[in-house]
Amino acid sequence: MNSLLDVILTTDFAFSVLRVTTPILFAALGALISNRAGIINIGMEGIMLVSALAGVIVSAYTHSAWVGLLGAVLSGTLIAGILAFFTLKFKTHIILGGVAINMFASGGTVFILYLLSGDKGSSTSLASKVLPSVQIPLLKDIPVLGPILSGHHILTYFSILSVLVVYYLLNRTPLGLRIRSVGENPHAAQSVGVSVVRIQYTALLLSGFFASLGGAYMSMGYLSLFTRDMVAGRGWIAIAAESMGRSTTVGTALTSLLFGAADALSNALQVLKIPAELIATLPYVATVVGLIIYAVSETRKKNKKLKTTVK
Amino acid sequence: MFRVKYFEAVRTAAVIVIALIIAFLIISLVSDQPLKTIGIFLLEPFSTKGHIGNVIEMAIPLMFTGLAVSLLFRANMFNLGAEGIFYFSGVVASVLAIHLSLNSWLHPLVAILAGSLTGALLSAIPGILKAKWNANELVTSLMFNNILFGVGLYLLNYHLRDAKAFANVSFKFEKTAQLSKLFAGTRIHTGLIIVLVLIVLAHLFLYRTKWGYELRMTGVNREFARYSGMKTAKVIILVHLIAGFIAGMGGSVEVLGMYSRFQWTSLPGYGLDGALVAMLAKNNPLSVIVSALFLAYIRIGADLMARLSDVPSEMISIIQAVIILLISAEQFLKFWKNRMLLKEAKEA
Repeated sequence: MNSLLDVILTTDFAFSVLRVTTPILFAALGALISNRAGIINIGMEGIMLVSALAGVIVSAYTHSAWVGLLGAVLSGTLIAGILAFFTLKFKTHIILGGVAINMFASGGTVFILYLLSGDKGSSTSLASKVLPSVQIPLLKDIPVLGPILSGHHILTYFSILSVLVVYYLLNRTPLGLRIRSVGENPHAAQSVGVSVVRIQYTALLLSGFFASLGGAYMSMGYLSLFTRDMVAGRGWIAIAAESMGRSTTVGTALTSLLFGAADALSNALQVLKIPAELIATLPYVATVVGLIIYAVSETRKKNKKLKTTVK
Repeated sequence: MFRVKYFEAVRTAAVIVIALIIAFLIISLVSDQPLKTIGIFLLEPFSTKGHIGNVIEMAIPLMFTGLAVSLLFRANMFNLGAEGIFYFSGVVASVLAIHLSLNSWLHPLVAILAGSLTGALLSAIPGILKAKWNANELVTSLMFNNILFGVGLYLLNYHLRDAKAFANVSFKFEKTAQLSKLFAGTRIHTGLIIVLVLIVLAHLFLYRTKWGYELRMTGVNREFARYSGMKTAKVIILVHLIAGFIAGMGGSVEVLGMYSRFQWTSLPGYGLDGALVAMLAKNNPLSVIVSALFLAYIRIGADLMARLSDVPSEMISIIQAVIILLISAEQFLKFWKNRMLLKEAKEA
């Protein structure tokens, strides 16, 4: 047990928690926005994968990491737009639409990768660029906090900033109010003149925007290249984080951090010889447990209400 | 003159035509010899006995998961858990295939039944959570996929792995556990008979029994079904048990029919494909046969195309996505249906 504590109680470990939380946090914020508008976007995984590849390709051809990021965000948002078009205009079932997006992404990215680089596994032959890491002046010199908080990838700081932005957006702006009202009661929103479809389009595009930042981080920060299926379930974990965080911004951010910690822990726990395969299931087990507790308490509340009204 | 009752069939056909046109467009863009490549994609699966065999071999797992998912969808349960159950039941069947010694009749039977029962029990969990506490079956089933995969992979790496083999594979199955082949020159195995029997049974269950009726009514409107006196919680748990049993049987049969060792180091994807098969079949058990064969056909076509031309087989996942998006699009071609309705009303 001591060796475990030795690993966890280091600034390196805390640093790595933030590092692995970043893509989960971005995607979870995306899932949060669409969920608040009443649309469960399970295409997160696919959106992240497409944008991860797009970042690599665009940055390789333009020789600019920032243009690459722009390409990643545009293509991820485009995929979300396609999903929105089909679900809102053609009334495709949103879950099946998400399944389609994921299916498209897992094969489509390999397809495009192969056409461009002749390799189905990774983008090693493309000279893609990586976004920079940032040392924060003053903060970096503080003991303990400095090594944990400074020197991260720029998108990691973006993701923390995004928590504030999403909180402000949802709770302090007219758009946020509309998104929430559409999610809670679309008919009521409609009756006071809110265009439900337009708000849901906006919410899905925003969710695609944040998910694609997570995707861009995967291939332009976390790693410096694209490998097939590199998102590896982070999109699903993000959806889980959102539902465990009970669709609040703060809750979502905290559960994302929790999943990030579990992820970092699964790397650290290898010193204890606990099989990595089992530890990798922890976030999912936690989600199921969280979901059960939530569902049971909701049902109890409902039943209680029912009983008191009957009396 | 088309009638409204044929609308769904015509619509499905239209979706398939659109998907094939997109496939041709992609091939024309990518390939140096587009016509030859399209020819391979469309005709090669028919060309030899072996290739026809490949199509049917691939259709078997698709029929299993397609049937399982279509029963769930029929009850309006958006559960994608067939994926993890298929995988994990394969592991369970493998354990018995490696460690038991029985005669060649009992051995596969015991291994498959163990896999199926495991599947039923695992599937019951999201079912009970849904029925009793209304926990979202989609999220729980997706989480279960990852959990089952992790546990299964652990079992493979730590308990079943053959250190002498130069890959991440299990010990060899006992010869007695493997399913026998039906036709020489192909790998089509007795699993085909099992799944066809299951499909007929599911059809009879769904349309000829009271339970099947309750299942369909619960799917149409759970509240209404409850008010008309059906125990919908029981129905939901039952459909999960049956679907899990079928998916588990599928995983076990696939492992014992196609392989001599357990060798899946990632989820094989048949569960999610099952959703596609179920949708193409409009959740009809008998139609599952046709849609599984269709999907298997274009898959094998894509594989052969990748081998014989310059277009990678992953193209097919783009086509599958298009099919899902359009098939589940309620509004797609709706205007046309409305026009037909209008016309029929006028005629009448």
